[in-house]
Amino acid sequence: MCLAIPALITKIYGQQADVDIEGVSREVSLQLTPEAKVGDYVLLHTGYAISIIDAAEAEETLQLLRQLSEAS
Amino acid sequence: MKFVNEYRDPELGKKLIDRIHRRSKKPTRLMEFCGGHTVAIFKHGLRQLLPDNIEMISGPGCPVCVTASADLDKAIALARLPNVIITSFGDMVRVPGSYSSLQKAKADGADVRVVYSAQDALTIARENPDKSVVFIGIGFETTAPTIAASVLQAEQQKISNYYILSLHKTCPPIMKAILDLGEVRLNGIICPGHVSSIIGSYPYQFIPDDYRIACAVSGFEPLDMLLAIDMLVNQIESGTPDVEIAYRRGVKPEGNIQAIRLMETVFETGEAIWRGIGKVASSGLQIKSRYEKFDADRAFEIDPGPTREPKGCICGSILRGVSTPRDCRLFRETCTPENPVGPCMVSAEGSCATYYHYGDSHGR
Repeated sequence: MCLAIPALITKIYGQQADVDIEGVSREVSLQLTPEAKVGDYVLLHTGYAISIIDAAEAEETLQLLRQLSEAS
Repeated sequence: MKFVNEYRDPELGKKLIDRIHRRSKKPTRLMEFCGGHTVAIFKHGLRQLLPDNIEMISGPGCPVCVTASADLDKAIALARLPNVIITSFGDMVRVPGSYSSLQKAKADGADVRVVYSAQDALTIARENPDKSVVFIGIGFETTAPTIAASVLQAEQQKISNYYILSLHKTCPPIMKAILDLGEVRLNGIICPGHVSSIIGSYPYQFIPDDYRIACAVSGFEPLDMLLAIDMLVNQIESGTPDVEIAYRRGVKPEGNIQAIRLMETVFETGEAIWRGIGKVASSGLQIKSRYEKFDADRAFEIDPGPTREPKGCICGSILRGVSTPRDCRLFRETCTPENPVGPCMVSAEGSCATYYHYGDSHGR
């Protein structure tokens, strides 16, 4: 029920945006993430962007995972 | 898919599992609160890969599952009113209430429509000005802000035939209620990912502070979950329970301030009935009087009659983490995804449906 998937914002018009989800285009609401910009990835839940994905944090988590898997 | 595939790397996963095996020594009981996490754990076979001293217990984090029969009966009674269109997320229409379901009401002639989003419900209201369009508002903090946004949009666009039956529930109060019941002893909780995208990680701080139980907020990919379990193991082994975030790309400690603001504009906290748990204070979201014209509870006179629970169904104790679907004598026999007796078999993320689809060959 709380499923949310990453979607790339391709166009913004007012409080609505077009997003790309692996080649599929969809209109979503930005009412919960008004600061989102074209090129941002957002977490899409029931037609609403509920959070902007933090790309820097995503990379840091991957680095942490690599470090942990190498540490004894 | 970007931000998904990277967190499914099997080589990294194996190394993390080895690390957890090396570091986890104490008997450890972890509850994955969220039904989406239960699905992820089963789908990726994580239970079988974890050391024997780690036991995973599924929690009540499935909004469809925890909706009480009395509330379902209300939705079904609303569907039977003349000139009413019911709009609902898909799973909800199949859940049996005391005597019927929204699906059966539809078969009997009620206008029940499955929607993907509250926006779709709003569109139906706009296109049917002579009908009352009621949205069955279920969901936790992930979903409630989207419903709040739709109410504000309805007001802005002067749509006067849009109503919400607010059955929304909030997670930290039910976590507290389950811990206070004391039926299930836990060392750690995997906190829900997308609920936390909205509320952040601070609302869980009472869990390590007051109950000395470890917490980690997790995403939904296997590496997200293994990182969360690794964090919990560290906290448990070192005796320093805390709240950590293993899903930083999607969750900030403070959450989504705008979404919280919208939720608090439209809703106020109140008592809610949880299936299997009962009434829990301050665990529900009710529409504020300022927006009462959108409140289906206030707008319609309905009498759903007395409530009846499905006979033999143990969804309630499964939701409290006390039983597993394997303890239910109806499981796989009379209760299947095609003919569900209880909601935990209906919802795609219900424990019973997850056990049914992904099996549990190790019996754990």
